[in-house]
Amino acid sequence: MTRGHVVFITLLGVAVFLGLDFANSEPLNPYAAPPLMSLGSGLAATGAHCAAPPPTK
Amino acid sequence: MSTTTTMLPPSPPGFISRSLVLAGVATLLLGLAMVAGPRYGALLAIGMGFGLALEGFRFGFTGPWRRMILHRDASGLLAQLICIAIVAMFAFPMIAGNGAEIKGAHAPIGLAMIGGAFVFGASMQIVMGCGSGTLVNAGSGNAVAALALPFFAIGSFGGAYHLTWWTSLGSLPVVALGGTSGLAITLAGLAGIGVLAILFGAKDSWRIPRRYWLAVAALAGLAVLHLAVAGQPWGVVYGLGLWVAKGAVALGADLSGSPFWAAPGNAERITSSVLTDVTSLTDFGLIFGAALVAWWRAGLGSPIGVYPARAWIAVIIAGLFLGYSSRLAFGCNIGAFFSGIGTGSAHGWVWFVAAFAGSWVGIKLRPLLGLEARI
Repeated sequence: MTRGHVVFITLLGVAVFLGLDFANSEPLNPYAAPPLMSLGSGLAATGAHCAAPPPTK
Repeated sequence: MSTTTTMLPPSPPGFISRSLVLAGVATLLLGLAMVAGPRYGALLAIGMGFGLALEGFRFGFTGPWRRMILHRDASGLLAQLICIAIVAMFAFPMIAGNGAEIKGAHAPIGLAMIGGAFVFGASMQIVMGCGSGTLVNAGSGNAVAALALPFFAIGSFGGAYHLTWWTSLGSLPVVALGGTSGLAITLAGLAGIGVLAILFGAKDSWRIPRRYWLAVAALAGLAVLHLAVAGQPWGVVYGLGLWVAKGAVALGADLSGSPFWAAPGNAERITSSVLTDVTSLTDFGLIFGAALVAWWRAGLGSPIGVYPARAWIAVIIAGLFLGYSSRLAFGCNIGAFFSGIGTGSAHGWVWFVAAFAGSWVGIKLRPLLGLEARI
């Protein structure tokens, strides 16, 4: 087995996951998407981050 | 008369192959921007940039810590500190001047956070990959990282599931440095660690190789761009846990028992496309970017390392620990160390100390687990 096989399996796994997610998630809507840059947009950042404190019970 | 067989090195891809692949990458990025939104196309591109820089310049976080501990080679650690300092010099004014548009990687210090960072440090040395490193290594064909990755994701999901309970064991309020004084303290702290690294490092190991300087420039620029585009610093492990949460819900699991996954913001992320999640996009980009570099260099033909069965079992367990502990620690090398310190969070400093101590343990464990390759 070579590194190429590992890359192929990894990328295949990502592709399968993306396909399943596409089928099961809300449809994409580019017209409701946020602007390119958060900086200067006037909108609050809403993305999730691993450092965000957890919600209280 | 004897016959000699010569093994020729694999030839790199030709001009046409490279052009076609680059055109495919550009189409992918533009296509995502069109169907999902420009920000998401940009974030995938930034993630690819991270992957290109880390793999292209052979830079990372785990390896330099290992070399500092084992060989007293300070160069990689110094490069990391300089990179964080550059990011901080941009991030502090951006956060101070732009209110809610830009937020830092600010998290509380707590018992579970410290323990999580320690376990993460040990686990990343066993796998030889941190959050970004595991993705990059998997993308470039490292079998250990590729096996660890799904378990990293499962662990991340589990750690997030239990996060509220763990933080209830004892946690301080969030402490975040800000403004000019906060930046000065951060830069002084980084300089202080740099001086310690030089003092404890071997003679002349403070000299940073050119490829590290290039990596520092690329990563710092991309990190600041990420902050401006996403409104939040670079992170890795949230996305991995989200992928498993999505899979669990798709299979019928009820996550309402988890205060974390049932919280409105996270529940929304589960139902939304993964192509609109910030950390997922940069995670995919890390894999793609690393794969592109590995292919470009014709480095995919070499065989994978040979390890005993106990080593592969250790990789699976370490992968689970990587994911679980990184959620308790409020981030990995990227979310807590790089972005936490870079945006003024006190937890980033504590994370660094705990994870560095854990790394020492992980380095001792690695040969005992059979993970020194017998190629």
